[in-house]
Amino acid sequence: MYDVIIVGAGVSGCAIARELSRYRLDVLVLEKALDVCEGTSKANSGIVHAGYDAKPGTLKAKLNVEGSRRMKALSGELDFPYKQNGSMVLCFEEQGIDTLKELEERGRQNGVPDIRILTGEQARELEPEISDRVAAALYAPSGAIVCPFGLTIALAENAADNGVHFKLGMEVTEICAVQGGYQITAGNEIFTARMVVNAAGVYADRIHNMISREKMKITPRRGEYLLCDKKAGNMVSHTLFQLPTALGKGVLVTPTVHGNLLIGPTAQDIDDKEGTETSREGLAAITERGALSVRELPTRQVITSFAGLRAHGSGDDFCIEEVRDAEGFIDVAGIESPGLSCAPALGEYVARMVIEKLKPEEKTDFISRRKGIVSMALAGEEERQELIRSNPAYGNVICRCEMVTEGEILDAIHRQLGATTTDGIKRRTRAGMGRCQSGFCNPKVVEILARELSIDESEVLKADKGSWYLTKQEGGEAL
Amino acid sequence: MKRDLVVIGGGPAGMAAALSAYQNGITDILILERDRELGGILNQCIHNGFGLHTFKEELTGPEYAARYIEMVEEKKIDCLLQTMVVEIKGGSPCYVTAMNKEQGMLRIEAKAVILAMGCRERARGAMNIPGFRPAGIYSAGTAQRYVNIEGRMPGREVVILGSGDIGLIMARRMTLQGAKVKMVAEIMPYSGGLRRNIVQCLDDYGIPLKLSHTVTEIHGKNRVEGVTVSRVDENLKPVPGSEEYVSCDTVLLSCGLIPENELSEGAGARMDAATQGPVVNAKLETTAEGIFACGNVLHVHDLVDNVSKEAHLAGAYAAEYIKEGFESWGEPVRPKIPEKSKCVLPEGRDSSRQLICIGCPVGCLITAEKQQDGTLKITGNRCPKGEAYARSEMTAPVRTITSFIRIEGSENKVVPVKTKEGIPKEKIRQCMKEIKQARVKAPVNVGDILIENAAGSGVPVVATGQVKG
Repeated sequence: MYDVIIVGAGVSGCAIARELSRYRLDVLVLEKALDVCEGTSKANSGIVHAGYDAKPGTLKAKLNVEGSRRMKALSGELDFPYKQNGSMVLCFEEQGIDTLKELEERGRQNGVPDIRILTGEQARELEPEISDRVAAALYAPSGAIVCPFGLTIALAENAADNGVHFKLGMEVTEICAVQGGYQITAGNEIFTARMVVNAAGVYADRIHNMISREKMKITPRRGEYLLCDKKAGNMVSHTLFQLPTALGKGVLVTPTVHGNLLIGPTAQDIDDKEGTETSREGLAAITERGALSVRELPTRQVITSFAGLRAHGSGDDFCIEEVRDAEGFIDVAGIESPGLSCAPALGEYVARMVIEKLKPEEKTDFISRRKGIVSMALAGEEERQELIRSNPAYGNVICRCEMVTEGEILDAIHRQLGATTTDGIKRRTRAGMGRCQSGFCNPKVVEILARELSIDESEVLKADKGSWYLTKQEGGEAL
Repeated sequence: MKRDLVVIGGGPAGMAAALSAYQNGITDILILERDRELGGILNQCIHNGFGLHTFKEELTGPEYAARYIEMVEEKKIDCLLQTMVVEIKGGSPCYVTAMNKEQGMLRIEAKAVILAMGCRERARGAMNIPGFRPAGIYSAGTAQRYVNIEGRMPGREVVILGSGDIGLIMARRMTLQGAKVKMVAEIMPYSGGLRRNIVQCLDDYGIPLKLSHTVTEIHGKNRVEGVTVSRVDENLKPVPGSEEYVSCDTVLLSCGLIPENELSEGAGARMDAATQGPVVNAKLETTAEGIFACGNVLHVHDLVDNVSKEAHLAGAYAAEYIKEGFESWGEPVRPKIPEKSKCVLPEGRDSSRQLICIGCPVGCLITAEKQQDGTLKITGNRCPKGEAYARSEMTAPVRTITSFIRIEGSENKVVPVKTKEGIPKEKIRQCMKEIKQARVKAPVNVGDILIENAAGSGVPVVATGQVKG
């Protein structure tokens, strides 16, 4: 029997796992996808919110400010990309300034540091590309950007380094209470644990409802995005939010931590928990609204569009609590924005709930640091030379747009919780993330994966089961 | 390392430029190529239709490349393969930083640099096609690489978006390899490809070309399951109500090429928004001193013959620059870009007597009338090839088949092949069956006979590429 089973290997599940791995506990993470970071955590704005959005006194407010405060140190400890670039909420009409003031006051109450309101001119001085329509802006210097995959994968790897077990491709289909804990059926295997943490994102209601009579509902809220070429990435340096306008809830325009430009998201409640398709209307709305923020939106530089689903609960706040009619079963549900920003604090918050119950001993040999995959693109000339000397595979460029080498891809495959899919490679190394969107490197990445995993190329997947690239090789078939 | 001339890219442009510089007295040349062999994209263009201008005969891509590779080898021009250039700096001298597995980071000082990096394909994102992002969406060139170099099939049921030549060529290629190509959708009211390719790639195999149609949604969460195809109006906007669902597991995108100029921009060369290539003067020199450009990196060419021609000029100008030094840069001169072909097959064509010649890119519309005495009266052809084509098409139509044969004993998985001459159309199926079943052992040279008598036609199947043992 495990001490704890965590359902879901998104950023919340992985953060909780990492915090629990500080203790002498036998922890298992069950994930239905073939990789960590495959749901909400992979398709979002990649923003570390400063923390003025949430109502004072809510869990969202508390965890956001605390998570944001810790993110930088964590990025050093776990080696993932993070940049404190500051954020602005842009206001396009004079009457909006009152709303900015409310946000500012909320930010003060929540403990957001150095938050202040700028005039339109002051804002343009800081960020010359913002549009002339901007009348004022709420400036939060503590706002930051982070690589959402980098963060989640780092947390997962470090948890695994500290003994947490991960089982991927294991969809939980049944949970029942047993003597001293719970029995979970996942992928035709049965697991038992003293405690369960439900961090299943948009599926948290389904997991919750397997065990509780008090039914929960999570609504997938779809957000579509446009991603622009790195050529457009330095157009702005801050994350630019908008106050809601007549066009609806605002969209953000932000550089990503890797130097692209991201515009979005829309917000549409849907029923399909797998409904990550983009729509003509959604993409048009992003363009229309994003154009308010800056002088000229670089729509010709779009390299891809995508959609993510936020796990919207029924209340306004996160639902992090022990289920009333299921002792030892903790819901971590409704983790919508600012869930990513909260992760460092949320992990500890939930871990503390577990620790209070199980009272485990703290490890003395906890490994707090994790080294990421080196980036040849970011390395200096001497470091590159050194890497190639140590392993010639670092001299073999596979993805030319992002300059990712075979050495990095091999590391991504063979490290702790290594990549088994091309999307896994992409999120760990950026191979295929660039302007050609894997046109050139896809055949090479598929070949490397097949070789390293000793499978046929027809068995290499993009992400989930069924996402094959190549047919089985048949001999002599006629046209 | 110091060199007189460094050429970035070992495709048709790079090789021709290097050879031309050599002929103009500059022999200290280094070609840097990222792939493991010279030839560039020609190596995967195993179909024929290349070289009519340069070599006065019709060659496949690998054959065209092989002729240049042979000349480069003969002149002993140095090449570094599997070497990626990461930075270029213009000036006097220029600097090129590159890397590879053996030497690590390389810094090369050069008197002049020729850019010949080619182009890349427009990806789905640039077209903003909504829907899911499953596996099974490939740019046509990626699919071409899978099929023709890796010998692997990227799908079974295919919809192709875009009717440029690569899209048309891949429609035939996928069909020959056993896939079902459901349609080629083209957003414009005309095809961007050559007329002869519509005839020999689509019509020959009964593949519908839907002009003024585009893919408006991609379905399938993990693997493509289908697409929505819609008609577009004169403003290229989808017409509501015209949606048609087409089930397929693969979408190939053939929607245009973009010169690859990230290195050129890094070198400080000014770009031309119209060509998407660098601004050059009359001597093909960019605004970065000592850096010249030619081929698809300068602007996208329709024919490789034109690439070679332009590259010859660039090589000569670079040689002159190396020998005589910098003169005033002069005026920018935009390379002459031939008008894009806007091909529509004549409507209501009676294909029993009106033919599109496939002998060359012109694609003459030829009329063949049977006279009372039984002979054929051929009109509309601009050259004797057309007459010969029409006679053969009216009596016993033939086609040259290009494909690959699997090879053993080499790093390469396949060797490209063609039927040495046209074979009767009705024997294509049998010929492909034999080609698919055949296996050969490396080494193989261009021209080697690999199947003696294809489908009993008397025509041999010969190798069009070289595979070392």
